[in-house]
Amino acid sequence: MSSGFKAGRGGTVIADFDVAEVSVLRSLMTQILDLIEPGTTGDDPLERALGIGSSEEPTDPVLARLFPSAYEDDALSAEFRRYTEATLRDAKRADAQTMLDSAVPGRVELTAEQAQSWMRALNDVRLALGTRLEVTEEVHDEIAGMPEDDPRYPAFVTYDWLTYLQDTLVRALW
Amino acid sequence: MEVERPSADVRPDLPWLTIVWNDPVNLMSYVTYVFQSVFGYSREKAEKLMLDVHHKGKAVVSSGTREEMERDVQIMHSYGLWATVQQDS
Repeated sequence: MSSGFKAGRGGTVIADFDVAEVSVLRSLMTQILDLIEPGTTGDDPLERALGIGSSEEPTDPVLARLFPSAYEDDALSAEFRRYTEATLRDAKRADAQTMLDSAVPGRVELTAEQAQSWMRALNDVRLALGTRLEVTEEVHDEIAGMPEDDPRYPAFVTYDWLTYLQDTLVRALW
Repeated sequence: MEVERPSADVRPDLPWLTIVWNDPVNLMSYVTYVFQSVFGYSREKAEKLMLDVHHKGKAVVSSGTREEMERDVQIMHSYGLWATVQQDS
């Protein structure tokens, strides 16, 4: 298995993944792009230009986690969401697309900016997977005690691998 | 562009806060890194805030005007941290 990421020269980060690993990462990014639809805005051209969109909290728990409410008060939260969620959706999609475009087998030198996108995109996919799997802070121990024929095993192992990757990327960027 | 706000709950003399809440997914290293790089905090301060989030369930990570806190919360959400805006009381 890949050792993840290493700090390169001048703030760059070296990624080194084999064909199978790249395939998993690319598949996950494609799923994130399918899950996070582009920010929808009204027909009004001014609203579109300002990124004003829906004020409703997503019903899907994964989307609710990726786009959390900013206020405890529902009305204030809806107002904030109307002005910000479309922009946030586009930013998350851009990060996933950056990772999809630059994830190729072998040694790849990522610019600092690309590496930041990878870091946020890896976190988004961990948030999505972690929410679906209902992980707790003891997830690592839970996997260690999980039989390999458990139907949840492959998803948990993938989650654990992504956790490891993200941690090495953060340390490479520091 | 001025955003219309309900005026009754706004007391401009009180600062607003950005709260980050604990969750089981975000890594301790990542949360510390985000606090350092977004707010320009020292490693020590960023780690202390991260540990407060982890052990106490939440921490105040910045304070200021409502507009500033809404901007900070937006940035936290872009990094996948669970953050809310709250008026100091």
